[in-house]
Amino acid sequence: MRQDIGDGRGDGMRDKPTGDAALLLLADSRLPAGGHAHSGGAEEAVRLGTITGPEDLARFLRGRLATAGLVTAALAAAACELATATADHPAGPYGQADGDGNPPDAGTGAGTGADPAHPWRRLDAEADARTASPAQREASRVQGRLLLRTARRIWPSTVLDTLARAVPEGAHHPIALGAAAASAGCDPYQAAMAAAYISVTGPATAAVRLLGLDPVTVHRLLADLAPALNDAAHAACASLIDDVVPNGPAQNGAIQNGATHDGIAQNSAIQNGAPANGAAAKARGSGWPALPGHTAPALDLLAEGHLNNPMKLFVS
Amino acid sequence: MTTPPSSPAASRASVTARAVITTEAAGGRTRLETLRSDPPLTLRQTGPGLVHLVSTGAGPLGGDRLELVIDVGPGTDLEVRSVASTLVLPGSSPGDSVMMVDARVGAGASLRFSPEPTVLAAGCSHRMAVRLSLAEDATVLWREEIVFGRHGERPGRCRTRFDATVAGWPLLRQELLIGDPAVDASPAVYGDARCVGSTLIAGPAWDAERDQKGERRATIGDGWATLPLAGPGVLASALAQDTVELRARLERAESMADVYATSWQEKTELAVPQRTPAVDAGP
Amino acid sequence: MGAQHDDLHDAADPHGRALRLGIGGPVGSGKTALVAALCRSLGPSMRLGVVTNDIYTTEDAEFLRRAGVLDPERILAVQTGCCPHTAIRDDIAANLDAVETLEERFGPLDLVIVESGGDNLTATFSRGLADRQIFVLDVSGGDKVPRKGGPGVTMADLLVVNKTDLAPLVGADLTVMSRDAAAVRDGRPVLFTSLREDRSAHSVAEWVTSLVNTWKHANAHDHERTTPTTAA
Ligand SMILES: Nc1nc2c(ncn2[C@@H]2O[C@H](COP(=O)(O)OP(=O)(O)OP(=O)(O)O)[C@@H](O)[C@H]2O)c(=O)[nH]1
Ligand SMILES: [Mg+2]
Repeated sequence: MRQDIGDGRGDGMRDKPTGDAALLLLADSRLPAGGHAHSGGAEEAVRLGTITGPEDLARFLRGRLATAGLVTAALAAAACELATATADHPAGPYGQADGDGNPPDAGTGAGTGADPAHPWRRLDAEADARTASPAQREASRVQGRLLLRTARRIWPSTVLDTLARAVPEGAHHPIALGAAAASAGCDPYQAAMAAAYISVTGPATAAVRLLGLDPVTVHRLLADLAPALNDAAHAACASLIDDVVPNGPAQNGAIQNGATHDGIAQNSAIQNGAPANGAAAKARGSGWPALPGHTAPALDLLAEGHLNNPMKLFVS
Repeated sequence: MTTPPSSPAASRASVTARAVITTEAAGGRTRLETLRSDPPLTLRQTGPGLVHLVSTGAGPLGGDRLELVIDVGPGTDLEVRSVASTLVLPGSSPGDSVMMVDARVGAGASLRFSPEPTVLAAGCSHRMAVRLSLAEDATVLWREEIVFGRHGERPGRCRTRFDATVAGWPLLRQELLIGDPAVDASPAVYGDARCVGSTLIAGPAWDAERDQKGERRATIGDGWATLPLAGPGVLASALAQDTVELRARLERAESMADVYATSWQEKTELAVPQRTPAVDAGP
Repeated sequence: MGAQHDDLHDAADPHGRALRLGIGGPVGSGKTALVAALCRSLGPSMRLGVVTNDIYTTEDAEFLRRAGVLDPERILAVQTGCCPHTAIRDDIAANLDAVETLEERFGPLDLVIVESGGDNLTATFSRGLADRQIFVLDVSGGDKVPRKGGPGVTMADLLVVNKTDLAPLVGADLTVMSRDAAAVRDGRPVLFTSLREDRSAHSVAEWVTSLVNTWKHANAHDHERTTPTTAA
């Protein structure tokens, strides 16, 4: 899978020797990007008594990874891919590709292909559409803004400047993470891995602080999640090429294949969504609509409940 | 809720069916242009602009591929309901049962889609995909309720995918995973709930210019939330122990949608697509 | 492109941004009281912004807003997720964001005060966040605290020993505190206050005023000095 993603337009990524070390820097909780103040719903779950110890924390983390974690991993991978593709061509072919898979309608703004900010806005909107909870959107944007501010100083690049300009209120965290990862020399798989990893380490650390859990026990839980983290990062990248290979090898988040690539898509003139034909599938970014959208209704409720709690320690 | 009698699974061969509803404006009123049933998807017009889905036969069963196409023509209003809940069963043929709904709502049109819940019987393997394409000024209420198994039963597996776009721009994309060990009983996903439901309510009435400084606050209650989306709509979301509680919570959350409508005093009739008296009254 | 990166540090005023003053110190020593006092005495002559770092929620920010010492909009609260010192020292991103938000919205400003959450004696501000810092102690911890030292006591640009009105009650000897502090502070100033009695913190306000004037003067002549790393 990694090779697949690294091939073609993303070429060169695997050759960069900085990727692995950069991944460690990006995923490190010591990266000064504001992440330490977010619990990812864990603080509210602790307050409500749905996380009381290592067992329910383990279930919390596993569920979070399978939903929000997978979605952010896929968005980060997509952002990394976009950043890599546009890095050398700030006003490059991306905008035109965008027009391929979509109708020339008002919403997508196809035809504004020359503006390098446009695909970033569109990808950011894909993150919006996968985040029904306004509290979570806000937390994601705040973290994205802080990460971008930090990344622009550590790994300065035109792409990060473009993203900052494209979404001035703060790009969603996975989008900023993917772009930062690309600037640091990571490939989409590494970006996805960083996103998946962060989606569970933040809440785990918060639970250690809030419940006084044994940190070694909690790290053991994280170690147990390692295979699931790998799977999530792979699935996140697989989803990027799902539209090229219907019924492809994606494990998670592949429902859209069977459901949208045969039947419906051909039978009706759908204006949006995953492309149904090979030509559109070639367009970069055309796979974004089909990226995983796994939702966790309980996380939504926790995020909103957290905001209403006047005595909180964490931002989210 | 009416649950069809649990028939022994898969006495019939798997089927592929495609039912179609289209509307057009005729003299300022909504006319059902097409109403094509394809068993087991059977459609009945039960009122002006009102169609009931009447399942004939058990299922969906494993191997079934069912598709419903809805095209609400510009300026028309359609409501789609079902007479009973849908019981998803394992089948004799291998493979998932698949239910796809492809709905388009044209300019100035409205659609209210509120079928009875889908019940995931033990051993089923089901996929649902909804693709909802809204014109810029179309209005929709789209409800989805899923029950994790019949009483006291562990559910089979189910994956759902919901994609709603407004003029091609993504509004809401959601997938649910049920019966997966990663999410089962996770306090992050469903907690100890046995049912999950959501209702997308969207249209020009919710087209708030996004405040650059921050998001609008959601409204939450016990097991439900009304979530203003980034785009022109709100999502009512609920978790519950049973279908009665689920419907009550979901309706509560739906009722808050108007709070988020912009200049809703003028647009209040537009706000939520008209409700027709229930045929199969929910709780 | 290069200019844009510099923009990350420079806020609205092209001739240099506001001085960023960190106020740290143990829980309850009087940091918020000092911020309020400074707003009272400096507010009329300076353009101010305040960032608070609460442990729980936004209590300090609410207190300051209610106190009516400053336009409530100019007070932003940052949440620190159980770790107040992390937010001012190891990961200052959220605080920088808040400071720059204030400068963007209300700039140009002369002074932005960042109050840290109450923490231990080792908590100090990163130079990436604060150009200058005040460490606030109070006498109620006993007169031994300055002797014990710690980065806050030894390194802060100004050490404030507050609640002198309580000294007789707790048996704290101010001359001992003064002598010990001088011994570890290498000539940097120490001021004694009772914010209960002097609600405008005159001595501290004077020190801050001269700081701001020096800062402005330096920036007017040397734009390079506007980056925090050059301030020491
Ligand atoms: N007696 C006396 N009380 C004071 C003085 N200064 C502040 N206080 C009181 O000490 C208490 C704590 O003051 P704050 O200003 O909230 O202290 P803080 O350092 O901001 O506290 P945290 O932010 O919680 O760490 C309040 O009740 C103040 O009224 C003083 O000079 N004398
Ligand atoms: Mg305080």
